[in-house]
Amino acid sequence: MSTLTTNYLAPTGREEAWRFTPLARVGGLLDSTVPLESVNSISISNPQNGVKLTVKSAADCPAISSSEDLASIRGREFIREISHIEVSNNVQLELPVLLKRSSLTGKPQASRTLISCGVNSHATIILQNTGEAILSDEFEFEVAQGATLTFVSLQEWGNKTVHLGRQHAIIAKDATFNSIVVTVGGSLVRLLPTVEYSGPGSSADLQGLYFATDGQHLEHRLHVDHNVPNAKSRVNYKGALAGDKAHTVWIGDVYIRSNAEGTDTYELNRNLLLSDGARADSVPNLEIETGEIVGAGHASTTGRFDDEQLFYLSSRGIPAEIARRLVVRGFFAEIVGKIKNEEIENRLMDRIDAELAKVGA
Amino acid sequence: MSTLDIKGLQVSVATEAGFTEILRGVDLTIKSGETHAIMGPNGSGKSTLAYSIAGHPKYTITGGSVTLDGVDVLAMSVDERAKAGLFLAMQYPVEVPGVSVTNFLRTAATAIRGEAPKLRTWVGEVKEAMKSLNMDPNFAERNVNEGFSGGEKKRHEILQLELLKPKFAILDETDSGLDVDALRIVSEGVNRVKGNSDLGIMLITHYTRILRYIRPDFVHVFAAGKIVEEGGPELADKLEEKGYAEYTTA
Ligand SMILES: Nc1ncnc2c1ncn2[C@@H]1O[C@H](COP(=O)(O)OP(=O)(O)O)[C@@H](O)[C@H]1O
Ligand SMILES: [Mg+2]
Repeated sequence: MSTLTTNYLAPTGREEAWRFTPLARVGGLLDSTVPLESVNSISISNPQNGVKLTVKSAADCPAISSSEDLASIRGREFIREISHIEVSNNVQLELPVLLKRSSLTGKPQASRTLISCGVNSHATIILQNTGEAILSDEFEFEVAQGATLTFVSLQEWGNKTVHLGRQHAIIAKDATFNSIVVTVGGSLVRLLPTVEYSGPGSSADLQGLYFATDGQHLEHRLHVDHNVPNAKSRVNYKGALAGDKAHTVWIGDVYIRSNAEGTDTYELNRNLLLSDGARADSVPNLEIETGEIVGAGHASTTGRFDDEQLFYLSSRGIPAEIARRLVVRGFFAEIVGKIKNEEIENRLMDRIDAELAKVGA
Repeated sequence: MSTLDIKGLQVSVATEAGFTEILRGVDLTIKSGETHAIMGPNGSGKSTLAYSIAGHPKYTITGGSVTLDGVDVLAMSVDERAKAGLFLAMQYPVEVPGVSVTNFLRTAATAIRGEAPKLRTWVGEVKEAMKSLNMDPNFAERNVNEGFSGGEKKRHEILQLELLKPKFAILDETDSGLDVDALRIVSEGVNRVKGNSDLGIMLITHYTRILRYIRPDFVHVFAAGKIVEEGGPELADKLEEKGYAEYTTA
């Protein structure tokens, strides 16, 4: 077991980054007296040519990005080994790479993964998070020049899980990073999909959906750092909430630095409240240091599915239960469809239906 | 041949001051193929009548009955009423975020018809109906009533009428907020449905304008929560000329 860090100060909840998070429920992940177990939790379930996973010593593979996130900073202190996934230069992977988790114990653990995509490579990598865990988790992506990486992160956790995660991409010249985050499971999930660029002409597309029911806290904090000229970013997150004390948080920070002329960015967050007693916080935030840009915008909406809507749909013969399902499925279809995998689509929609049925919404 | 029978219908709504009676005994029988115009001043209870028949939860039935071919409509849930063959084109159609028109129409048709319409013929059916209502095909991808103009909402209601093929349609001020062209297109839609089926129509309106396009067989004057005068189409002409003053000052 690692020694405890000396200069780590646990968040109090007064910090801007932690003000929404129920810190009492993070299961020791942020507690300076609780050591984290280093775990290599990731494996590839469908090995194929052009991609390999190597377990490496963390000392030989320091993080490639600097983090201001206390959870990942703390996680790094305990990590002994990391999983390094490499996609070779110039390969076009035919099938999506499926990543699964193992060795999760439900005790406080930390895991770190580096995904390196070679120049002009094309890959889709799908991570399925299932089971129960108390996990501080970090992914870093280096997307080399001309490469395209689509990373799908599915949080299909059991209902006791605590997951504090950071997913940080560094996107090189003319490269594209697509992220699709789906969070439907877990007691407390706090994910930080973040992006920086290392060359112009690069592009990030961050899509996400979350569905919170009774007592779940699902938090997504996006950060796009436009630190190079002529890069593009799109953010589109949709959330639905049903049941008592369901809480979601969406933070969208986009930062356009003074050298980032030609930036083109738009971020959007939509929330759908299916019942009373649920709360959706949504905070888009755009900081612009140069006016020489193509476009920058954001929008955030929170709508209700109310009795009038239910009446309208019912008056067309649609039973109440199907009406709710229709609303939720329709709302999420745009994002789920982007995964382009029917099996996963169906599984997610079934899970959403089941959660809906459970809260009787 | 079907009959929608409304007898002595009394309806209240809960307000801050307690229950307020709005419908004070409405009697009306509509048979298949008949068009009944319900005309009355604002606030007389026309929409309350429409909503009560459709089963809106805000309205409490305190007396009377509504039957469709002898079957108690008031005992049915809202969706059962639609499946039984009732359709309400609403005065203020509701926005439903997240649900595309396409998805909505198909789900409704599936529910009403008892099975999912065959995709091939269905797509054509929807396209055709939209075209005849002069609706932009892009419309299908938009969310139900979200950001629709007043006229678009009314066309969308009539589109549903065409696709769901009810036995009886209640059109609640379908004419309000329409310009002349839209009124003609919407009226033609209603007449087309009637021509293709044996639709019975309850045409609720404040103005006589729409009656030039949809000819009523019967006209009922509605005031203070009940029908106060009945007649043929000529009664509409009298209302056109004299307004409702005679009925509201009683
Ligand atoms: N949900 C409601 N709550 C309170 N009052 C209502 C409600 N619905 C209707 N009313 C009242 O009932 C009367 C009739 O309304 P309505 O049926 O909408 O009339 P119309 O459609 O003829 O204009 C009005 O005085 C209106 O204010
Ligand atoms: Mg009205």
